[in-house]
Amino acid sequence: MKTENQKAWFFVLPVLLLVAFNALIPMMTVVNYSVQETFGDNVFFWQGLDWFEQILRSDRFHAALGRQFLFTFLILVIEVPLGIAIALSMPRKGIWVPVCLVLMALPMLIPWNVVGAMWNIFTLPDIGLLGYFLNHVMGIDYDMTQDPLAAWITIVTMDVWHWTSLVVLLSYAGLVSIPDAYYQAAKIDGASNWAVFRFIQLPKMKTVLTIAILLRFMDSFNIYTEPFVMTGGGPGNSTTLLSIDLVKIALGQFDLGPAAAMSLIYFAITLLVSWLFYTLMTKDDLN
Amino acid sequence: MFSWMAWTWPTALLFIGIFSAIGVLVMLEIRYPGGAMRKGVLGLTTTRGDRLFISLLGTSYIFLAWLGLFGLPLWGPLALSICWGVFCFWKV
Repeated sequence: MKTENQKAWFFVLPVLLLVAFNALIPMMTVVNYSVQETFGDNVFFWQGLDWFEQILRSDRFHAALGRQFLFTFLILVIEVPLGIAIALSMPRKGIWVPVCLVLMALPMLIPWNVVGAMWNIFTLPDIGLLGYFLNHVMGIDYDMTQDPLAAWITIVTMDVWHWTSLVVLLSYAGLVSIPDAYYQAAKIDGASNWAVFRFIQLPKMKTVLTIAILLRFMDSFNIYTEPFVMTGGGPGNSTTLLSIDLVKIALGQFDLGPAAAMSLIYFAITLLVSWLFYTLMTKDDLN
Repeated sequence: MFSWMAWTWPTALLFIGIFSAIGVLVMLEIRYPGGAMRKGVLGLTTTRGDRLFISLLGTSYIFLAWLGLFGLPLWGPLALSICWGVFCFWKV
């Protein structure tokens, strides 16, 4: 039997250590918190699985979870097709390529809290450019600080503005890797634009699209800063997504036990959806 | 040193269990390399590690679902989870 050189594993060690300190150890602490109650001063009381039971049966959690799924669903349904469409219409050669790429990358370079603050100022009904324009020029009644629907439209638009570029850039990377011969063959066969997209471009983009959708799912499912800065979870609770609710419980009310239980349930959902998605998308490649 | 992590015996045992399972898999991998890859009944190609992951993830959902629907005691989900784990390593 051939003996393989296993020394490469040592190169993984630094990453393992890093992950241990920034993910594994905090995660273990969260598990410990989730079965205890504390009133501060590092004194803990055994609570068992009460917090899990309480969270799983709480209407507040169900509502936040529902809002979270709705938000993630909406942004995926908008960002993925839009990203692909933009990537398809971008030039593949010439001087406009770098211009387009830089323009696309710009929103992603802006920190989350700045995006939130920017869109907040942009959409405020009395002083914001968009808010003022809609209310006073177009005559549309738009107030994201009072109206839940307007708040939702605003946070979804903001996320689309901030993150569609990611889908665009990844799809574009997939598109430019297709050799010209494929297109020439399609032309000879007289394939329609749709056929070229369906049978050449889409299969070639599959891997990068899987990554794009996974990243967008995980990021949007864990989104906190932007809606927090923009609406603070309001009006009422209408934009209180899971992470905002979690921070309210953990830091606002200082209920570390229930917050820990909730974050573990939250983690289990993210893990399952990501795993399912990844497994289903890569199933054919492995077989 | 670890007092800030608020350890309890049950949670410590949980992690000892998970890490020993990973340790056993490492031993098996050294003894029989290749991960025992196969195509199971769910149509997925899995290695031993995948099977452990699926068992653990499934177990956490079985317990959470039971807690949410019926509450304590947890003998029911424990039995279900053991069956699920056996099924995962046997068929998946």
